[in-house]
Amino acid sequence: MKTTGSQENEGLLVRRIKNGTVIDHIDGGQALNVVKILGITGTTQEALSIATNVPSHDMVRKDIVKLTNRELSKEEVDRIALISPRATINIIRNFKVFEKKGVEIPTLIEGLVRCPNPGCISNTNEPITSKFEVLPKGLHCRYCDWVITRDNITGHII
Amino acid sequence: MSFESAMARLGGTSLSVGSVEACSMAKGETLADTVRVVSGYADAIVIRHPKEGAARLAAEFSTVPVINAGDGAGQHPSQTLLDLYTIRQSMPVEGIEVALVGDLRYGRTAHSLASALFLYNARLHTISPKGLELPATLAAQLKEKGMEITEHDSIDEVIGDVDVLYVTRIQRERFPDSASYFNVASSYRITPELLAGAKKRLIVLHPLPRIDEIDPRVDESPHAKYFQQSRNGVPVRMAMLMQVMK
Repeated sequence: MKTTGSQENEGLLVRRIKNGTVIDHIDGGQALNVVKILGITGTTQEALSIATNVPSHDMVRKDIVKLTNRELSKEEVDRIALISPRATINIIRNFKVFEKKGVEIPTLIEGLVRCPNPGCISNTNEPITSKFEVLPKGLHCRYCDWVITRDNITGHII
Repeated sequence: MSFESAMARLGGTSLSVGSVEACSMAKGETLADTVRVVSGYADAIVIRHPKEGAARLAAEFSTVPVINAGDGAGQHPSQTLLDLYTIRQSMPVEGIEVALVGDLRYGRTAHSLASALFLYNARLHTISPKGLELPATLAAQLKEKGMEITEHDSIDEVIGDVDVLYVTRIQRERFPDSASYFNVASSYRITPELLAGAKKRLIVLHPLPRIDEIDPRVDESPHAKYFQQSRNGVPVRMAMLMQVMK
């Protein structure tokens, strides 16, 4: 694939995007969960490219997600930190990196994860969204005190 | 009922919405709406609800103070305050050895008490039927903070060492049939014979109602403090209501 600019062409698995977001340095195997967190389904309009288990100097293997014509907000970006804290976000405009940023682990997550406790009030028809405090070991339900450990978070994403 | 008694003794009145089945929620009204309506009628809301986190939700939607009087298998903090008060009438709470007995998984009084006892450097001993142990999340949280928690198979193992025997009801519906319930329940029964090996200052507490967990012969024992504990619910809840409404 021939591209312009200084970027090394060889090894690119997917075409560069003109406008949108490239999420790089995702922990190997987590790309599909990143896509899930971003709410991208088969019915959304964005063109999406996913590369998984790409060799990486820093990480041994990493995943990459490229999303055309959509620039992620800070809130969306920070949600990714829950499952891939080393991810980097590149906002692309006209084939160039317009902005590069890391992800910050948020202190509170709302509406992203369902509480696994069937007796929790957040699993009823009440007009609330789930609320979890982010702790070093996982997510703590603000309603019923249930804790989802870090390695179980992806299974509870709404 | 003890909250109503407490309110009456303070000179106020209470409006009871009854059980979830008996109020507007049975018609499909959300708790959030019920709370918004009721907070216009009262100066404080005392809520007991079958779902965990219900009181926290109520506090989000209420314009008046909310007291959690028990949320599902979650917490029962007002019971804990009167439990601590009852213990303190017999001994200093700091550093005591407490045995929690019975259904510790669904028993919300045990959850709140265990969390509070951590603040007093108490050591916990847990004795519960298989499957009804203290929730792993709560036990892990308390152990992580440094609380010493030891699981035992029978009350006999700890009866000579503990200062407080906190007994909770084992609910029949947690078992597949009556026979297995009676089999388990009988092995957790507190009797005068069992208490013969206890420390002199040991007190027996129970949030009540009890079914078969404590032999009625124990009622006359100097160790039995559960009716005193129940009575303490009134002044403690009077203090709570005063605190939130002043």
